Amino acid sequence: MLQELCYPFDGGEILQKRKKLLRQLKAQEDNGISLRIAVLGGSTTNDIISMLELFLRNRGIVPKFWQSEYAQYWQDAMFENASLKEFSPELIFIHTSSRNIQHFPSVQDTPETCRQKLEEVYSHFSQMWERLTENYGCPIIQNNFEFPLTRLLGNREAGCPQGKIDFINRLNCKFSDYASTHQNFYLHDINYLSSCYGLEKWLEPIYWHLYKYALAVPAIPDFSYNLSNIICSLMGKNKKAFALDLDNTLWGGVIGDDGQAGIEIGQETAVGQAYAELQGYLKSYQDLGVLLTVCSKNDYENAISGLEHPDGILKPDDFTLIKANWNPKSENLLDTAQELNLLPESFVFVDDNPAERAIIQAQLPDTPVIAFQSVEDCMIAIDRSGYFEVTNLSGDDVKRSQMYKANAQRQSASQQFANYTDFLKSLDMKAEIRNFDEVHIPRITQLTNKSNQFNLTTKRYTQAEIEQVASNPAYLCLYGRLTDKFGDNGIVSVVIGKKQGQTLHMELWLMSCRVLKRDMELAMLDELVSTAKQNQISEIFGYYYPTKKNAMVKELYQTFGFSLVSEDEAGNTVWKLDVSGYVPQNHVIAVIPETR
Amino acid sequence: MNREQVKERLTKVFRDVFDDDEIVLTDKTTANDIEDWDSLEHINLIGATEKEFKMRFSVREVSGMKNVGEMIDIICQRAGK
Repeated sequence: MLQELCYPFDGGEILQKRKKLLRQLKAQEDNGISLRIAVLGGSTTNDIISMLELFLRNRGIVPKFWQSEYAQYWQDAMFENASLKEFSPELIFIHTSSRNIQHFPSVQDTPETCRQKLEEVYSHFSQMWERLTENYGCPIIQNNFEFPLTRLLGNREAGCPQGKIDFINRLNCKFSDYASTHQNFYLHDINYLSSCYGLEKWLEPIYWHLYKYALAVPAIPDFSYNLSNIICSLMGKNKKAFALDLDNTLWGGVIGDDGQAGIEIGQETAVGQAYAELQGYLKSYQDLGVLLTVCSKNDYENAISGLEHPDGILKPDDFTLIKANWNPKSENLLDTAQELNLLPESFVFVDDNPAERAIIQAQLPDTPVIAFQSVEDCMIAIDRSGYFEVTNLSGDDVKRSQMYKANAQRQSASQQFANYTDFLKSLDMKAEIRNFDEVHIPRITQLTNKSNQFNLTTKRYTQAEIEQVASNPAYLCLYGRLTDKFGDNGIVSVVIGKKQGQTLHMELWLMSCRVLKRDMELAMLDELVSTAKQNQISEIFGYYYPTKKNAMVKELYQTFGFSLVSEDEAGNTVWKLDVSGYVPQNHVIAVIPETR
Repeated sequence: MNREQVKERLTKVFRDVFDDDEIVLTDKTTANDIEDWDSLEHINLIGATEKEFKMRFSVREVSGMKNVGEMIDIICQRAGK
C-alpha cells in the first residue's frame, strides 16, 4: 500500500502527482483482482475515474474502465449499446448529481404537480436501473443527490413541495427505498459526503462552467475514495479486526503509572467523556462482526484492570484476544493474526503514538494504521477511513465475534484431550452440505472474494456469476455449513466443479480458515465424490494455482488421495482422482441429510 | 516574487503534473509543446498551480490564458496586490 493514498490523504497532492503514483502502483507487481467498471456519467467523469483507479489499485483491485460520452448516462443505459455489451461490465457506477434533475418543481406548481414531477424524475432513474439489471446483471452503484447551491425561497425550500430542498429530500428517500429492497444495488451517499466536505466548496460553480464537473475538482479525491470503499467492500477487501492500543488510546493516562483510579474514562471529565464516546463507538463494531483485539505495551494484569474500570464501556469480555506485554507491537499483531487465523492485513491498527504507528507501517506495510492527534479526532479518523464499509449485512457478520470467541474456547478445550481425533469427536460437529440455494448466494459470493489462504484456485466470482453456476446443470456446486457444541460457524466452505463428459473439473475449492484442522475439507470431499457418482462422473480433476497466500493448500489434493498429473514452471499443479475406489475419509463430522 | 521565481516554481508544478522531469518552460510554451497537455490535464494543471501559489484563477482568466507567459503574468499580478 502507498501511504500517500491511505486515509487521511492530501487530495491536492494526489491530483498533482497522480501520474507518478499510478506508475508506482503499476510497478508493485501483485496479483490484484481485475474488475471491469462501466462509468455512466451525467457530467464529466475523467478525474473521478483516474482517482478511483489509484485508490482501487492501492487496495489490490485492478480496474478496467468503460466511460460514457459526456452526459450520455441515460442513453447508454436505455438503448442498445454494442460497445458496453462487449465490455461486459462487472460493476456499473452511475455518476449523476442534482445537475441531472430535469424537472424541479416551480413555485407556481400545485402540490399535485410537484408530486407528479417527483414521480417523473424518479422513474427516469428507476427505469434505467431495471434496464441495466436486465441487460448486465451486475452490481450497480448510484449517487444520490447533493443539495443545491442556492435557495430561492430561503428556508421554505425545505418546507413545501415546491422547494428544491424538499424535492431532493423526497427523491433521496425514494432512492434509499429502492436500495433497501434490491440486492446488487448500492447508494453512493454524496448528500452526506458533500455536507462533510462543505457544500459551498463542493459546488464551486467555476468547475461546472469551465469543465462541466458536477463537483469541485479538489473534492474529487474524497469522492473517489468514498466510492472506492463501496467497491472494496463488494470485492471482499474489508478489514476484519481492530488491534487497539490502551494507554491514551482507549483511556487517558497510563494505567501502569496512574492505576485504575487515575486513568480518565467515563462521564466525570471532558477528556474522560471523549474516551467513553470512542469506546462506545468501537463497541458498536461488534454488531458488524468486526473483532476487537488489544495490542498494548503493558503488564497483562494492568491492562485488565484498566479495562475493568467501572466507568469504561469496553470490558475485557468484549475483546477476542488481549495481547498486553513488552514485545514489539508488530510481533504482537502477527501473533494475534496467527492465533485467529487471520492475515495481518485484515487488521486496522489504532494507536496514539506516532512511533508505534511508524513501526507497524514499516514492518507490516499492508496493515492500515489510523492516524490521529487527539482522542476527539480518533472516531472520525476511523469512520472516514472506510475500512469496514458495509454493503451487505449477512447474519454471519453479526455472529462473527461470537464465533471467534467460541474458537478460542475450542482451543483451550483441545488441550484436555490426549488425542486430536477424540477432541474433534467431542466437539459434536454437524455439517450441512448442499447445492447452492438462493438465500446463501450473498455469503457464498462474499467467501469467494475474501478467502485467500485455503483457496486452491483463488477464482473470484460476482454474485451474478454465482447465480449463473448455481442454475447451470453443467456445474456441481456445494456449500458447507459447520456447527458444533460451541456455536454455528456459518457457511465455511464452497466448491464448484464443471462437468465434461464423465470428468469433473474443480474450478473452485475454498474453506474459511476459522475451521482449519476440523476435517471439514474431508466432509466436503466425501460429499463431492458421492454427488459426482450420482452424476455418472468417473474422475475428478483438481487444480492448484499458487499465490503469495495459499501455500497452505499446496499439497491438499495429495492428502486427499489424488495423484499428480502435471506441474508447470510456475508451480501450477493438476491432480486426478478415480472415484470408483474412493473410501469416505471424514469420521468426525455428522453430515445432516437434506430434508425434502 | 519576480517572474523568474514564479517560473521556477511553476516548472516544478508542470513536472509533477506531467511526471516528466525534463520539462523546461518559457513564456511561449503552450499546450502544443507538451505532449500530454490536453484539456483534461489542463484542469489538473490549473488546480496544482492554484495550490502552489495559494490563489484562484477566475473563469475568465482560465478561459483566456494562451501560454505560460500569460499564466505567469496573472500569478505576478495577484502576488503584487
